[in-house]
Amino acid sequence: MFRTVVVTAMAFAVSAAIAQQDPIAARKALMKANGDQAKIGAAMMKGEAPFDMAAVHKIFATFQEAATKAPALFPDDSKTGGKTAADPKIWQNKDDFNARLAKLGADAKAADASVTDLASFKAAFGGIGKNDCGSCHEKYRVKKS
Amino acid sequence: MRKVTLLAAVVAVAAIVLAYVLTVPEVVPASALPAYTPNIENGRTMFDIGGCASCHATPAKEPDQVDRTRLGGGLALPSPFGTFYVPNISPDPADGIGKWSEANFVTALAKGTSPGNKHLFPAFPYTSYQRMGLSDVRDLFAYIKTLPPVSGRARAHELKFPFNIRRLVGAWKLLFLHGARFTPDASKSAQWNRGAYLVNGPGHCAECHSPRNFLGAIIDGQRFAGGPSPDGKGFVPNITPAGLQHWSSDDVAWSEKDIASYLADGMNPAGDYAGGAMAEVIRNTALLSDADRAAIAAYIASLPPRQGPKPPPKKN
Repeated sequence: MFRTVVVTAMAFAVSAAIAQQDPIAARKALMKANGDQAKIGAAMMKGEAPFDMAAVHKIFATFQEAATKAPALFPDDSKTGGKTAADPKIWQNKDDFNARLAKLGADAKAADASVTDLASFKAAFGGIGKNDCGSCHEKYRVKKS
Repeated sequence: MRKVTLLAAVVAVAAIVLAYVLTVPEVVPASALPAYTPNIENGRTMFDIGGCASCHATPAKEPDQVDRTRLGGGLALPSPFGTFYVPNISPDPADGIGKWSEANFVTALAKGTSPGNKHLFPAFPYTSYQRMGLSDVRDLFAYIKTLPPVSGRARAHELKFPFNIRRLVGAWKLLFLHGARFTPDASKSAQWNRGAYLVNGPGHCAECHSPRNFLGAIIDGQRFAGGPSPDGKGFVPNITPAGLQHWSSDDVAWSEKDIASYLADGMNPAGDYAGGAMAEVIRNTALLSDADRAAIAAYIASLPPRQGPKPPPKKN
């Protein structure tokens, strides 16, 4: 038990250290995790995977984690490099950007509490995808070229 | 005067007259329109897949704050030829199309000619809209007339010489506007034909998803194979199977279902969400019926694979 605590604490410390040193890699990892979870959600929505409440909770927990950790990962010296897709507009509109992340966290938390079946999941997940993921990407992610 | 000089002068005058005659703007007369009761609901569908609001709605600070029903124009469209300012097409009688006849509207979409008998610049994609069925165009006109009138004209285009000379568009049309309505392929299913019609006609997908030549016309052999974005910002992907079956750095393959659901909610097979110009398109395609999105997906999935221009290497 003690060893588990130590190892977990070390993992947190290490990831925090990585985040300090390479915020671009850290935020890309958060977004990738969101995408991986969104794929699972989409499969459930399309009926290609069975509806599973444990998976649902993991999806929304991942979104909340990204929403909580991301704001600190955009320091002023991380605007370029590391194949970042972050649009310079982020730093010109930091308040709006952080507010959108907060909204993602709030929406994911609310969804986690309200989803009970596939129908409610479709509504909640679809809404987050379009209103949170899509609209933030439209403004703050550089077009892939 | 020497005979050669006189001959040269006659030939020159004849050439100018010929050029003038060949570039007369074509018009669809009212007599060509049989009696018809428009279907406003279908007009709304045409409005959605046609993407009219995406260019013609009065711009707002955020794209999702735009009121799609207020078609006051004003959006700036940069291009290699200068900047176009999208006109007001609300039913306003002074500043919009409130005084247009049905024949005026049909002429604009089918021939690219204004009610003043001037060529419209092909920034307005009549190269695609020309394929639309006559009743669909008339339904669309009827639907637009139900929207609120918006006053105020957009500013004039700022185009580089000689691209600002409207008459020259007549020559461009001779080269690049074939003028044919969509005809179904009897060997294909009804769904495929519906998809082919929506994509090549009102959907005008090829207008962004194809490379263009130096005169700004789509290179036919690479239709749908992607290319630099017409507004100069970024690169538009290849949506033939050469692109969609080997998509992104993970070499993912899009299924027909993936395409249809992407057009509904913007989520791609990587679990990521559409950003950039495509997000605006999804705002329109999200309003279509499931059947229409499935038809579009069926057609896109059936395109012959084509290689297009290579996107520039990613920076940093």
